[in-house]
Amino acid sequence: MSAALEVRGLVKRYPALTALQGVDLDVAPGEFFGLLGPNGAGKTTLISILAGLTRASAGRAAVMGFDVQGQYREARRRLGVVPQELVYDPFFTVRETLRIQSGYFGLKRNDDWLDEVMHHLDLLPQAGKNMRALSGGMKRRVLVAQALVHKPPVIILDEPTAGVDVSLRQTLWRFIQGLNRQGHTIVLTTHYLEEAEALCGRIAMLKNGRIVALDSTRNLLDRAHERCATLSLRGDVAGAGIAGLAPQGEGAWRFRFERYEELEALLARLRGARVAVEDLQLARADLEDVFTRIIASA
Amino acid sequence: MSAGFDTLLYKELLRFWKVAFQTVLAPVITALLYLLIFSHVLSSHVQVYPGVSYTQFLVPGLVMMSVLQNAFANSSSSLIQSKITGNIVFVLLPPLSYVEFFLAYLAAAIVRGVVVGLGVLLVTLWFAPLRVEHPLWVAVFALLSAGVLGGLGIIAGIWAEKFDQLAAFQNFLIMPLTFLSGVFYSIHSLPDFWHRVSQWNPVFYMIDGFRYGFFGAADVAPEKSLLVAGGCFMAISGLTLALLKRGYKLRR
Ligand SMILES: Nc1ncnc2c1ncn2[C@@H]1O[C@H](COP(=O)(O)OP(=O)(O)OP(=O)(O)O)[C@@H](O)[C@H]1O
Ligand SMILES: [Mg+2]
Repeated sequence: MSAALEVRGLVKRYPALTALQGVDLDVAPGEFFGLLGPNGAGKTTLISILAGLTRASAGRAAVMGFDVQGQYREARRRLGVVPQELVYDPFFTVRETLRIQSGYFGLKRNDDWLDEVMHHLDLLPQAGKNMRALSGGMKRRVLVAQALVHKPPVIILDEPTAGVDVSLRQTLWRFIQGLNRQGHTIVLTTHYLEEAEALCGRIAMLKNGRIVALDSTRNLLDRAHERCATLSLRGDVAGAGIAGLAPQGEGAWRFRFERYEELEALLARLRGARVAVEDLQLARADLEDVFTRIIASA
Repeated sequence: MSAGFDTLLYKELLRFWKVAFQTVLAPVITALLYLLIFSHVLSSHVQVYPGVSYTQFLVPGLVMMSVLQNAFANSSSSLIQSKITGNIVFVLLPPLSYVEFFLAYLAAAIVRGVVVGLGVLLVTLWFAPLRVEHPLWVAVFALLSAGVLGGLGIIAGIWAEKFDQLAAFQNFLIMPLTFLSGVFYSIHSLPDFWHRVSQWNPVFYMIDGFRYGFFGAADVAPEKSLLVAGGCFMAISGLTLALLKRGYKLRR
């Protein structure tokens, strides 16, 4: 089975800068994939090339095995894109917008599916309203719905939750996760890293048009070697003279370590010094720490 | 032709039909005002063809002018609005070919031009009863000319990045071409220099051929006008298709 997305040596040059400097990437069917990176990293440029909105200067890209240039009809039929910019056509109502978008894909009697999509995005009460009359968050929902009119196997969402309230985020992610469970491949860009951490099985980090990290979310999180234990201690801790324990006040101490043996050694020494451990909390680095470190060192 | 083409055409038609007050009624009223003013001022001074009053002479010119300007306005304004608001992505993401894209915008422009032209004709008939000698010539010239300007509108809409660039295209190219083309007069009545300039204006042939369809008389042979209009249509269509195929300013 061909990859949902296959990107090889992709380069995009603009007169003033090179937005993509040779990107290679494979996304397997059924993945929930995160594309992260600071502003200007090239995420939208990469998505635009996959969608045929922009032409690559070099390299190639394919959707479900179909080249985005040479076999653009097949490729585009299999791809749904939620653009980053909040765009809409002020001439039409929500339902007209979706029917027209559906028609562009050759699907003329598609109201059952359109109703289902609107239902999942809580858009049904807005169906007859003109696009102009919707709030920003509602317009964003329509953008998501528009990307789904043709039930594309691959769905790319370019910052779908920018400026969106908590309730829509939850609705949206429940819906998108449902689609993912049914086999749709999802690619997501977001600046909310906890979102990416919770949703994405694999993540690519992009910086200055290059992939600087590409791994499963789990492995990326494990890459943050440093862990942190917060301990509540009773006894003469200072007198025990244990290195690495930093006082936090009120009997709380922090200990940073990389391997669990270090923590075991600490506990053994505390016992030896007759210091009692009343509470122990372990925190691991989250995606934000990892992201910050990778981006800073890349 | 894929099913997507029908939808794009339908969308383009719906777009102008929803605001028919501006896109159809307003230009009909404008043409009517021209007719009332010019025929009042000039009717006693000018007679172009025997048995044809100046008001009658004027009507096909005004109809054609409306066809041309509205065909141009339809494709150019639709495209620039979509580009500036960004909703052009909705037609760039689906699997539509550049040929389908071209034909949908072109056909919508022709429909708008012809609908406005028919409107002008209906309203002005009330002031100047007309006979139609060769209806087929009338139809052919209307469609071809709307096609030329519809195509030009696509080019202008793709090229322009701001509304004032489109306005410049309109003011410095489309308006002079349509006004200096014999809408209001026969070019034989012009001084020699302007007569010769007009002969280089393709719009002159579109209007002259169109008029031939009504009166069976014209300033130049209708076959020649047909050749010019047809040639222009091929050239503009070829250029538009080449730009669209390259993705000029649309898929960069
Ligand atoms: N049409 C264009 N012409 C010139 N430069 C461009 C164009 N589009 C994008 N760029 C540049 O390419 C680089 C990558 O932009 P891109 O929009 O892909 O970034 P991004 O990762 O999506 O950022 P963000 O998180 O802000 O959306 C940026 O430096 C941007 O200024
Ligand atoms: Mg972006």
